[in-house]
Formats: sequence, C-alpha cells, structure tokens
Amino acid sequence: MSATRLELDDGQRALLAGQAGGWVQRLMRLLVRLGEIYGARRLLPVASVQVSGVSYKSLGEPGLAFLEELSQSGARVRALTSLNPSGVDPERAAELGFPADFVERQARIMAAFARLGVLGSATCTPYQAGLLPRFGQHLAWAESSSVAFANAVLGARTNREGGPSALAAAVCGCTPEHGLHLDQARRPTHRVRVEAELGSTADHGALGVWVGRRVGAGVPYFEALGAAGPGADELKALGAAMAASGAVAMYHVAGVTPEAARHDPAGLPELRVGRAELDQVYAELGPGDGAGEPDLLVTGCPHASLEEIAALSGRLAGKRLRRPLWVCTSAFVREAARRLGLAGPLEAAGGRLVADTCPVVAPIERMGFRCTGVDSGKAACYLPGLCQQRVVFRPLEELLEEALA
Amino acid sequence: MKARPISSGRAAGPALVSPAPISFYGGVEATTGVVIERGHPLCGRCVAGQVLVFPAGKGSTVGSYVLYGLARNGVAPAALVVGEAETIVATGAILADIPCVDRVALDGFRDGEALEVDADRGEVRRA
Repeated sequence: MSATRLELDDGQRALLAGQAGGWVQRLMRLLVRLGEIYGARRLLPVASVQVSGVSYKSLGEPGLAFLEELSQSGARVRALTSLNPSGVDPERAAELGFPADFVERQARIMAAFARLGVLGSATCTPYQAGLLPRFGQHLAWAESSSVAFANAVLGARTNREGGPSALAAAVCGCTPEHGLHLDQARRPTHRVRVEAELGSTADHGALGVWVGRRVGAGVPYFEALGAAGPGADELKALGAAMAASGAVAMYHVAGVTPEAARHDPAGLPELRVGRAELDQVYAELGPGDGAGEPDLLVTGCPHASLEEIAALSGRLAGKRLRRPLWVCTSAFVREAARRLGLAGPLEAAGGRLVADTCPVVAPIERMGFRCTGVDSGKAACYLPGLCQQRVVFRPLEELLEEALA
Repeated sequence: MKARPISSGRAAGPALVSPAPISFYGGVEATTGVVIERGHPLCGRCVAGQVLVFPAGKGSTVGSYVLYGLARNGVAPAALVVGEAETIVATGAILADIPCVDRVALDGFRDGEALEVDADRGEVRRA
C-alpha cells in the first residue's frame, strides 16, 4: 500500500516505502490509513510526542511484547518523545511496597522505550517538567489531561491520541492533519456560566467532572472562573476532570486562555453551575467507605507542580500525618523539590514524593489499599473502576486537617 | 457486499457475530483468543480463525496491542468485519496484519456462516 490520497513529503514517502525498515513502514502505514479514515489532507511534522500505554497494568503481556519487538528491530523515534506515568516509582519501589513481578515487567517496558530513544520522563504534566510546547505547535500527545492543557492553556495543537498512534507518530515524526490540528474543531460548542466561588483545585476538578459529563467530546467556553482567574494548576485540574468524565480535549476561559478571544459564545447551548452542583459531585464520587477513614491520601493527579509542592511543604512543616500521603509528581519536579529543600519538611511529616507513577496506573489494589482520599476529580472518576478503591473526594486542606488532627 | 478497506489482505472463515461492541483490552484473552468480558454476548467464545463481525471497538486504546498479541500467539481472528472501525480496531488490525473492512450493514450476518473477506477490494462475500 504505497498509493495514498494523502500528500506526503519525500521523507514520509521513503518511510512508507520501507526504506527505514519493516516496522517503521508498518507504523507509517498506520498513520496514513488513520489519516485517510479521518479525511486528513497530509501528515504534519510534530514538535513533540507523549506516549500513553506505559504502565504494565495497562499494557499487559501483549503490549510488552509489542514494545520489545519494535525496540529490538532497530527503530528509533524521529521526534522528541516522553511518556505518560508508568506503574512504578523505580527509586522507591521496595520502600512503597510495589509487587516485585510488576516492577520487573515495568523495568522491561522502560528499557524498550529507552532503546527506541524515548526520554524516560514519565509524567502526565510534561509541560511542568521541562517539556513546554509553544503556541501553535503541532503535537501528538496521548495523556488526556495533558492534551487538554496543551490545546486550551498553551494553544498548541494535538488530538487525543491513543497509545499506539502516538507511538507511531514518535517513530515516524508526524501525525495526520485532522481534528484539533485544524481551526474548525477548536471552536466552542457550549457556554458555561459558573456561579460558585471556586476555593481550591479540587473545586476546579469537581466543576470539570460536572461539565465533562454534559459536554462529552465538546469544547466548553467558560465565561469567567473567579475574580483573579485560575492559575495553571487550577486549569490543570479542570481540564483533567473534563477529560476523565467526558472526552474534552479543548476548552476556553474568557480572558485567560489564548484562543478564547477568537470566539463569541453567544447563541451556544448554555450550562449554569453553582455550589449545589459541585457539592453533588463531591457527595457522589467521594463518599468513602462509610467508616470515613481512607488508608491512603494521594495528591498530584495530574502530577503536582513545584508550586503545589512548595505550598504543601510549608503546610506540613513541623507536623505529623496519621496516615500515608503520596504526592505524585514528575522525577524532574521531585529532584527540584529536593534541591530546594522542599522535600525535607514534607517527608518528615510522613508524606512521600512519588515520581514517574500515579495511583491510577500503579497497582495500588495489590498493595493493601482499599479506600483512597483524593483532591482530584480525575482520580475520583478512575480509582473505583481501575483500582477497586472506595474514594473520599475532598479539597486537599480538608483531607490534611483530618489527617493532622 | 461493498465495504471500506481498513487493513489489507484476504481471508475466509466462519462468521462469529457480536451484536455488541468489543473491548479487546480486558475483554479478550490474548493468549487464547477467548472473550472473557462478563455479560458480553460472546463471553466464552473463541475468536481464533473466525471472521469476527461486530459493530465497533470500545475501551482503552491499548486494546490495539491485544489484537497484535492475538496474532502473535496464533489465535487472531481470520478477518474483522466492523460497522465502524474507530482507532482502536483500525490500529490493532493494521499493527497485527489482520484483514479488516468497515461500513458494512451487520444485520444480515448469521453466526457460523462461511464468509470471504477481500480487504484489498473492500468486499465481503458469502462463500
């Protein structure tokens, strides 16, 4: 299949003709076919790629076998490529109790990615870990919350790639031009009026859960989000929750996100959300197990920023937590937190900076945890199904107050 | 019957017809080809060597790797005839070299009838 309707450049044509080997040819065929299916005109070079399908928990044996064969074929990535969180913090695997068989499989997966030339940075927040796209760049990112952040907050352009299609984009250096790479799909579909004061990132997550359920794969346009406007971490929480409860990959906030001013939301279907709606989300997703005592607290879904860790370190200085607290983040931010003296007070209080993984893709159901306290709308959506957890969903300050009492 | 080609190749086999979408991730065992999703109409049936007829894929995108795993373990379907091949199924079929077509009306197919799929020409025939 070298005949295609797509306009390919010489380099792309060479990959399709098999000049870089059979495996690269197969992945190029995949991109061309997906492009044809979605009506793309051409394949766009990508500035960076983020691959999902990294944890052994999601890949399983078939995914591990695929990655090992691909990486042993001599194929190498043709674009800057990083990874979604894996299932293990390799530095603290024994200390935190990750199962040994799982750790061994995860190490083989990471070795295969390394052979492919992928950066070992395993985070859902590459944009807070030294891999920051600029406005207008075309990407092939796969983790749903980073896709929403890249499109909405940074103004970069990426579809919600699947694990295999992102890997193909990495190896071939390009992605089909359709969907959110084009202006049309970035237009708002719903107007959202928020009539509640949002007091925490958890509130932004609860709002995201509510909106995502109503707009599905649409593009919400928020009229305003508080007087001062949300910070990067609040937008991160909002987008992550909308991508988890729905399939939102793009949104606008008037006066805040860079493409909002291009659009007029007048006449779009309108949603109104107040405190009662947010309280309903908390009650529904985070009632706990009745006993009210989570056996693990987790923050950092999506991965915590240096700003969030600095605040938490200050809050916990000189105190002692009654239950384990995982602060999930990138290895990049954890290293910075250590060098800057932020890790010490947090860990002395009983918290653990956990890097390269998160509760959703780690095998926490095999590690003795049954009820998890989270401040993340996204985690509250996923933990019951993917990790068989009961969930307590509350703002972080409320979880901490209870654990410090 | 005319269909849209998704993944090239030609194959024949008995039809295994699912009225419900299939999640390959968590829904089909890669080592045996047996459908393991509880409550699924095909639960307990084996896809190996069958022309698998189903409306669409569902679930995680790593389901594509399960199709690849089925092929690697010699228990892949002979061909896929899909109502609408979204990315999970299209990607898996191409990675695994399983002939696949879509945009076919699925009403007329009966379990066990002999089918021929020509995914190069975009055709499904009763043998």
